[in-house]
Amino acid sequence: MWKAMLGEAWLAMGANRLRSILTMLGMVIGVGAVVIMLAIGQGAQYAVQQSISTMGANLFILLSGSFTTAGVRSGSSGAPTLNVGDAEAISELEGVANVAPTHQGTRQLVYGAQNWSATVVGTTPPYLEARAWTIASGAAFGDSDVRSATRVALIGKTVAENLFADDDPVGKTMRIQQNPFTVVGVLGSKGQSFDGRDQDDTVIIPLSTAQRKVFGTPFLGSVRMIMVQAASADEMATVEKNVEALLRQRHRLREGMPNDFFSRNLSAVAESEAETTRTMSILLGAIASISLIVGGIGIMNIMLVSVTERTREIGIRMAIGARQKDILTQFLLEAVMISFAGCLIGLLIGLAVALGINFFTGMVVVISGSAALIAFVVAATVGIFFGWYPARKAARLDPIEALRYQ
Amino acid sequence: MSEAVIRVVGLGKSYATAAGLFPALRGVDLTIQAGEYIAIMGPSGSGKSTFMNLLGCLDTPSVGDYFLAGERVAEMDKDALAQLRNRTLGFVFQGFNLLPRMTLQDNVALPLVYAGKDKDSRRAAARRMLDKVGLAAYAESLPSRISGGQQQRVAIARALVNQPRLILADEPTGNLDSHTSEEIMRLFGELNAEGITIVLVTHEPDIAAHARRQVRFLDGRLVSDQFTDACGDAAVGTLPESSLEGGAR
Ligand SMILES: Nc1ncnc2c1ncn2[C@@H]1O[C@H](COP(=O)(O)OP(=O)(O)O)[C@@H](O)[C@H]1O
Ligand SMILES: [Mg+2]
Repeated sequence: MWKAMLGEAWLAMGANRLRSILTMLGMVIGVGAVVIMLAIGQGAQYAVQQSISTMGANLFILLSGSFTTAGVRSGSSGAPTLNVGDAEAISELEGVANVAPTHQGTRQLVYGAQNWSATVVGTTPPYLEARAWTIASGAAFGDSDVRSATRVALIGKTVAENLFADDDPVGKTMRIQQNPFTVVGVLGSKGQSFDGRDQDDTVIIPLSTAQRKVFGTPFLGSVRMIMVQAASADEMATVEKNVEALLRQRHRLREGMPNDFFSRNLSAVAESEAETTRTMSILLGAIASISLIVGGIGIMNIMLVSVTERTREIGIRMAIGARQKDILTQFLLEAVMISFAGCLIGLLIGLAVALGINFFTGMVVVISGSAALIAFVVAATVGIFFGWYPARKAARLDPIEALRYQ
Repeated sequence: MSEAVIRVVGLGKSYATAAGLFPALRGVDLTIQAGEYIAIMGPSGSGKSTFMNLLGCLDTPSVGDYFLAGERVAEMDKDALAQLRNRTLGFVFQGFNLLPRMTLQDNVALPLVYAGKDKDSRRAAARRMLDKVGLAAYAESLPSRISGGQQQRVAIARALVNQPRLILADEPTGNLDSHTSEEIMRLFGELNAEGITIVLVTHEPDIAAHARRQVRFLDGRLVSDQFTDACGDAAVGTLPESSLEGGAR
């Protein structure tokens, strides 16, 4: 029975091939759009998630300088308001896992005849743990290197590849601002950060060396930035509050005076970035699904035409014993079949385009098995939903009226 | 006396037209016994088709009662009517009404799809029926590839495929030439000889002569009912409208 009806639905589709194909096109475009948007949206989400997990957890940074009520930052031209002592004091606080005063900027690196420009971060060893850096080869520098301002450097994968090419960088000497630095280790790869920067394009050196040899600050001991990592997400708020109180006390700020530093919760920024991509991908999907509805309406339209055109056929079928249920099933099946075929083609085209986007632009796309499932469910739903009314109209025809129809 | 296949009592049908209700059929009483071969005659517009459509459960009467194989049709729902059309009777139309996109075999097998038969038995039964009407060789052809007379034979095969005991045919030879008409009538004769009750509408006397009983319609009324012998030339008698208990055998 079912097989016979499927066969008939197939025949009916084939009888009006161009029309069936055009009807399908609506579904093809709709499903294709949804699949592409899902792949791109999920890809963006994946990329952000990935970079958040490589950024390090529960981080906030303290920036020196203060915000006036007018929003003008002061102090950036004078001496930084934060110093290494602040960092040491913060590390004594309850719930603080790592504290690293840092000073960073972009500098030119030279090795042999090679040139490369990268972000140079002057900091202390806890920085590595806070930012979840791993050491791929060689070893990290220690506190003694910071104390005696040795010229050692850890380099990221991008730097290693571009500056040293096939050479093993560990033990080699490169120049930053004319100063020779010995590469003691290569950092494990992290990929892009959530704001799209290459995190591996980094050189990490001791803070003291950086200030003396690379950035040349006149205010030794002062830092523009301190990175703080809380021991857990729950302790973030308390740690942030305690750090603020501590710094106000250390900087002798009286009641009513504004902070001379600024605290920025990196994890929260990353979270909101993730939230933004999530919203964006939902929005993309929603917009794409509108085309599905348009496709569904196309199916309904054609099915209505088909019912009218085939009124006589329906009459004949009823005259030889088709029940209302049989006629309903027949037309519903046809609608679902068109919808399903459209979905299948749309799915394939969508996947091909998504892979093409990935191949030609390098944009991350995620193709999940659920996309196929979604397409399948959507096909059945759209077919049944938009095929229902025409099919019911066919089933409710009066046999004799239908037979008389010319 | 055999059991009545069809019994109608005071059957009437009015159509709603722009000029108001038009009574196409008025107070028809008729009883048809199993195994009869009856021709319904009358001028165009006399209500023959209206009557056949009621007998075929395709339409519902405005007044009166219709008993098919002893059951009161008025009390049945749409699915039960569909089942009657599917199994109890076979309808043959003037215009053949085959489905143009299906092969002859699929056309013949279609009632079996709605009877829920499996594919193999559908195919076997359709082949048997096509063979019976002499068209087995065309099983895989489309209706457009064969002549009108052949199409009508396929339509008869379709009407027979579910083994109904009653065939209703509304001007089955109306679109056919006289030679082809004779072939169709021979087929009906054979079926009747097998015991199948046949009710056929025609306005050609020589077609009606194949039947053993002729009723005549005029302006929606049944005006005469006569039995002939099998050869169809001598009238056995005209019954008054009130006593229509058939069974001349
Ligand atoms: N659907 C309909 N609506 C209105 N009038 C109809 C309809 N069908 C038939 N009639 C009228 O009923 C009368 C009987 O028609 P019909 O049964 O087809 O006659 P016959 O088959 O004997 O030629 C005719 O006058 C015809 O015009
Ligand atoms: Mg007629």
